[in-house]
Amino acid sequence: MNEIKNVRHSRIKERLAFYLLCVFSILTIIVLALIVSDILVKGLPHISFNFLLEEPRKMGKAGGIFSVIVSTFYIVVLSVVFAAPIGIAASVYLTEYAKEGPVLRIIRYGIEALAGVPSIIYGLFGYSFFVVFLGLKYSILSGALTLTLMILPTIVRTSEEAIKAVPSSYREGSLALGATKLQTIRKIVIPTAMPGILTGLILGIGRVVGESAAVIYTAGSSLGVPDSILRPGRTLSVHLFTLASEGLSAENTYATAVVLITLVLIINFIANTLINKIFIARRR
Amino acid sequence: MIFREKIVEKILLFCAGIAVLGVAIIGIFIFREGWPVISNTGIIGFVLGKDWAPTQGIYGIFPMILGSMYVTLGALMIGVPIGIGCAVYLAEIASQRLSTIIKPGIELLAGIPSVIYGLYGMTVIVPIIRDLFNNQGFSVLAGSIVLGIMILPTIINISKDSIEAVPKEYKEGSLALGSSHWQAIIKVVLPAARSGIISSIILGMGRAIGETMAVIMITGNSTLIPESILSPVRTLTGNIGIEMGYASGEHQKALFATGIVLFVFIMVLNLLAKLIPNKVGE
Amino acid sequence: MRKSIKNLLSLILVIIVALSGCSGQAGNPEQKSEKEQIVGTEKQSILINGSTSVQPLAEELAAAYKEINPNAIIDIQSGGSGVGIKSAMDGVVDIGMSSRELKTDEKTLKEFKIATDGIAVILNSQNPVNDLTLEQLRQIYAGEITNWKEVGGNDAAIIVVTREEGSGTRGAFTELTGLELVLSSAITQGSTGAVMTTITSDANSIGYASYGSVKDNANLKLISIDGAACNEENIYAGNYKISRPFLMVTKEEPTGLAKDFIDFILSDKGQQIVEENNYLKTNK
Repeated sequence: MNEIKNVRHSRIKERLAFYLLCVFSILTIIVLALIVSDILVKGLPHISFNFLLEEPRKMGKAGGIFSVIVSTFYIVVLSVVFAAPIGIAASVYLTEYAKEGPVLRIIRYGIEALAGVPSIIYGLFGYSFFVVFLGLKYSILSGALTLTLMILPTIVRTSEEAIKAVPSSYREGSLALGATKLQTIRKIVIPTAMPGILTGLILGIGRVVGESAAVIYTAGSSLGVPDSILRPGRTLSVHLFTLASEGLSAENTYATAVVLITLVLIINFIANTLINKIFIARRR
Repeated sequence: MIFREKIVEKILLFCAGIAVLGVAIIGIFIFREGWPVISNTGIIGFVLGKDWAPTQGIYGIFPMILGSMYVTLGALMIGVPIGIGCAVYLAEIASQRLSTIIKPGIELLAGIPSVIYGLYGMTVIVPIIRDLFNNQGFSVLAGSIVLGIMILPTIINISKDSIEAVPKEYKEGSLALGSSHWQAIIKVVLPAARSGIISSIILGMGRAIGETMAVIMITGNSTLIPESILSPVRTLTGNIGIEMGYASGEHQKALFATGIVLFVFIMVLNLLAKLIPNKVGE
Repeated sequence: MRKSIKNLLSLILVIIVALSGCSGQAGNPEQKSEKEQIVGTEKQSILINGSTSVQPLAEELAAAYKEINPNAIIDIQSGGSGVGIKSAMDGVVDIGMSSRELKTDEKTLKEFKIATDGIAVILNSQNPVNDLTLEQLRQIYAGEITNWKEVGGNDAAIIVVTREEGSGTRGAFTELTGLELVLSSAITQGSTGAVMTTITSDANSIGYASYGSVKDNANLKLISIDGAACNEENIYAGNYKISRPFLMVTKEEPTGLAKDFIDFILSDKGQQIVEENNYLKTNK
């Protein structure tokens, strides 16, 4: 009898615990929904083509966000162009060449440390190194170089995972047919791992788009349309930060937030689709 | 031929080494700029000094160090139970359908820029706290709530992976011995996954300590040592973020010095995370 | 095999070329504009940095100036008065903006007073207090008066809002009120707008901000100091004690576009824009 009671008792406990965990999980989604809907509700009514295509006036109080979109685009493209070859090369080295040992350990530690460095430290560093020491001033280039370092760990890790997941039989097959190691990597390994590598790049883009602390002290905050990468520019996140803390115009603040969040949604969607594709491919 | 292969390998090695080079150069430049202030003030004077009046040459960042700690602890108190709970649920209990809804949501939560969290905190959470407690609203509590949400994805993803990495046999063995699913989770799965869970907490901590823009917007940035969770507070990152744009000369160097303290904090956390064995059962 | 390695090397070369090509592509307009400068001195650009209080006015002035001189590129960064002055001294920017008087060791700079601005002491519109003495104001910011009832208001704690160290508004405010140290529990906000937002949403708060920025805000109340209301006449007459100049500073006697822009600001047209933005003209 007692035992049955105990069993029943622990059943109830289990039920309660599972419900609690379920509540936690759903809470996470509710929080997400609250934040996103708050932004969308307050911002969507103020989105229009004019808002996207007009230059900001009165420090963003009036007008649109055209120049901000252009600056964001430049910084995204540049930092990915810088970071992609380095990141992919690094991951190829780590998976295909590196042997266990102190060198590998140091590199791994470096990548993890780089991933852990807070963005404000990147901002300080970028300011003292690129802006002042190398004399690049506040510019799109300074910002992009700073962000290159920042997104490198993301790209290396994701590409590494993708390359590791390439079945070794592929490599063996290629080598058996007389291909060199380099040929194998170039013709077999990298193409097979491409979706994973792309996912890394897209996640990197996501970080660049969302970053503010590291950009504001390197790319500056001028509102003009940059006509070269040596000119300063203001990205969407920096613009949103300025608008929000200046409290200049609630409409433009939320409208900018909507643009930013939509971009992030799209980026996430693409990354997720790619990841799913990889999973399905692997299951086969 | 072999020679050429070697060259390519060296180029690839160099690319891999850029990360290490990056960390080193970041450290060097932050120290180069900030060290003079610390050595003038004295490490103890700088770290334990209670007053911050940079335009008068008084540099003490003790309130900010405490501020960062309070806000981070608060964030962990909110983020850890929810995060681990969610991870367990997703890894062990949730139906396929539910987790296909929740998982992308968590990815999205991770992708939302910190400025958006800041905006939400400033316009929604701070006013709620202000109305509830009849105070200024900007507070440790507001910072903790927002940071607690921001570190959720880190904790959930890493904990979930480590729970999923626990060999099925462990759980099956426990179930075969007559324990319930819940008992198996508590007594077998979680202990086996603990190293992963701990490193998820440490990484979450790193994210909370390092967050800047969202924190500036919601904590009030007072240089007072906070008296309660309802006091306004300035974190190390906030100190740099709010004054960096306006500082020059020695004042600016003092902000780099604040950066040194932050950098050291983060590097120690990283080392800690590294020291935890990451294989199950070790 | 040899061919394949050649291929790989060329791949790396392509990556390098792509890298430099991209920066070159984006850099092209820059080269062009340099050429234009040499050929016809058509496109000229100047960089301005400094006080966040001056920035909104400077943006307006720059916009108006561009209508006259469409080839001018004026980049305006906000960095606080301290940074503006230092950048001008270092020659990093063409013009620095300051919202406080220069200190004696900064007097080597060429200064141009472009406007006068009162610093308004602002309360939430629901606060019954209408005037304070300069001494009371000092005591509030020093933490000696902590409750509104001590100065004739409701029984509620005073929420003191201040600007961050380095801000010109804070510098001028503390100097003019004779404050030694602002109480450390004060809420610190990083911009004029952030102060306004805080005061607007908190009925028991007090703050200070540029007169021109807060004048028309219905949610804020500008209070009298020592019996003098915060308005144009009192600021001109010197009855309202807390006012400061807006300065543009240059390292050397300005030349080229910088000179032309400053001349424009000091012209009748420029000063009219100053007035339209609620600041006070320099030539009374």
